[in-house]
Amino acid sequence: MKILVCISKTPDTTAKIAFIEGNTKFDESGVQWIINPYDEWYALVRAIELKEKDPATIIHLVTVGGVDAESIIRKALALGGDEAIRIDSTSNDSFTIADQIAQVAKEGVYDLILTGKETIDYNSACIGSMLSALLDLPFISLADHFELNGNTATVKREIESGVETCEVTLPVIVSCQKGMAEQRIPNMRGIMAARTKPLKIVAPAVSSATTNISQFDLPPSKSGVKLIDPENMDELVKLLKEEAKVI
Amino acid sequence: MVLVYIDQADQQIKKASLEALSYGAALAKEIGCASEALVFGTVKDPLADLGKFGAQKVHQLKNETLNSLDVKVHSTLIATVAKNLNATVVVFAHNINGKAIAPAVSVKLGAGIVTGACSLPNTQNGFVVRKTVFSGKAFANIKMETPIKVIAINQNSFGLVEYNSAATIVEIKLDIPPASIKITKVEKIEGEIPLTEANLVVSGGRGLKGPENWGILLDLAKALGAATACSRPVSDTDWRPHHEHVGQTGIQIAPNLYIAIGISGAIQHLAGVNRSKTIVVINKDPEAPFFKAADYGVVGDAFEVVPKLTAAVLKAKAAN
Ligand SMILES: Cc1cc2nc3c(=O)[nH]c(=O)nc-3n(C[C@H](O)[C@H](O)[C@H](O)COP(=O)(O)OP(=O)(O)OC[C@H]3O[C@@H](n4cnc5c(N)ncnc54)[C@H](O)[C@@H]3O)c2cc1C
Ligand SMILES: Nc1ncnc2c1ncn2[C@@H]1O[C@H](COP(=O)(O)O)[C@@H](O)[C@H]1O
Repeated sequence: MKILVCISKTPDTTAKIAFIEGNTKFDESGVQWIINPYDEWYALVRAIELKEKDPATIIHLVTVGGVDAESIIRKALALGGDEAIRIDSTSNDSFTIADQIAQVAKEGVYDLILTGKETIDYNSACIGSMLSALLDLPFISLADHFELNGNTATVKREIESGVETCEVTLPVIVSCQKGMAEQRIPNMRGIMAARTKPLKIVAPAVSSATTNISQFDLPPSKSGVKLIDPENMDELVKLLKEEAKVI
Repeated sequence: MVLVYIDQADQQIKKASLEALSYGAALAKEIGCASEALVFGTVKDPLADLGKFGAQKVHQLKNETLNSLDVKVHSTLIATVAKNLNATVVVFAHNINGKAIAPAVSVKLGAGIVTGACSLPNTQNGFVVRKTVFSGKAFANIKMETPIKVIAINQNSFGLVEYNSAATIVEIKLDIPPASIKITKVEKIEGEIPLTEANLVVSGGRGLKGPENWGILLDLAKALGAATACSRPVSDTDWRPHHEHVGQTGIQIAPNLYIAIGISGAIQHLAGVNRSKTIVVINKDPEAPFFKAADYGVVGDAFEVVPKLTAAVLKAKAAN
């Protein structure tokens, strides 16, 4: 059993969102970087749990990013995983990222590829689905349960009107969300072990971007809250009806 | 031609797809081409009605197996149809199914993709699509560089535009590729309004103290016909089911009205709800950060305010 976990680096959830250079670049000054929560809490931890059940499991982590993604992938290795691959590209075009990961996936021949539901910075929710097209593999999105039985995986996924259980023969790509695993904190032993785990840096394969960010902007701020007397809920209902026109 | 993929659940067309269709029709008008729809499976709604939302033609691949999602199968078929029809833009709703399929379709078409789009493309100088990033805390304008484009639009970002016309229906015949997954069980959330489709949402936080107190919130939701949501600690402690958790790590919603009860308004919570049109905050602490993001605020004890609000809603309804 060989698992590939896709790890991305995102600003901490409390990071101040601001832009520089004529609003063309995210202002990284003072920003704390973290492992994208979905990748860490759900995809990676589930992979680690599978390895705990079957120690013969091999876990590889992959990230597409510059040198500054290295501390993030080391942090991921401190939680678990056997080795990491950093593809040295700072592209933020989803297709380019997926294309790079697909190359690594083809070489590594994995039984299972796990991604997070989406990154919390660009919110694309693209990579898993794109990998499925690039590798011609089944894709199950928004999974919150994953069990293995030999070569068959049983996965629960969110659908529009509830939850669906599916069975799929490996290899498969799964995007993970809440419910998949319990959040863990890396311990000292893991942190020490991560220092000596192999981190391979590979040059990006040639791929041309299909999209480019031309400019960012911030939403207009709210004009200010209108306070309503807690004794006068008729007034609130009236405002919602006549002013906001939402009920 | 602009092709809009019509999503369905339980053989019923999703509202999010009607919005995608409205968007596709407006885009088609702007770039001067036809707007058509693609429906998979055995949908019960009358398909000619899709004309009301701007589809001139509806292409239907009527096969029961397509009623539930298999990304490999769906994306292969959508890409084939888009190629056969020479579609230049393929539009999806950025909902559960759209998120799963659209990126695979874009790869199969060699098309660039923007997901989470929130306004019509600017075609003055190239093709630039605006999308939400940083969980709604900012926008990015994305230049699409490929001849064919895939766009998945955010729910409640464009609205429904109605026309007075009917669509012609064309049945397509294609071989269905073998299934890549087997669905063994379906558990439906019965009787509730799905959160992502809801226009009105009532949401509770730790301020409600415990699951036994949720009655007042449910009563308000019922009076309004609203869906219910909660903050993360609430679902983490199992006071409410996981699918109600909204925020940066939960679901992101954009209803017309979001009523937050006993929720402090942490940045991670706001990230899931800040695209709501109108926000009402009920909190006993006037310093709660949520008031800064609110349109209307009530400083008071939820246990007193919420039943009063419910009574006021019922009174207003009865007066209508
Ligand atoms: C990486 C990360 C991701 C996160 N993702 C999410 C997410 O997706 N969604 C999310 O919600 N949180 C998320 N959080 C948690 C978030 O930071 C907050 O801790 C959480 O939102 C707080 O929930 P709350 O407002 O219900 O509780 P609290 O912060 O405890 O607030 C309770 C509020 O209730 C008020 N109150 C108390 N009693 C009453 C009463 N009788 N009447 C009226 N008001 C009352 C209080 O004044 C207070 O403002 C995340 C945190 C991290 C670190
Ligand atoms: N640069 C990256 N390197 C490795 N994996 C990534 C990268 N970007 C996104 N992913 C993976 O793809 C998932 C979905 O991301 P996205 O499609 O960008 O929203 C993330 O949760 C990650 O698991």
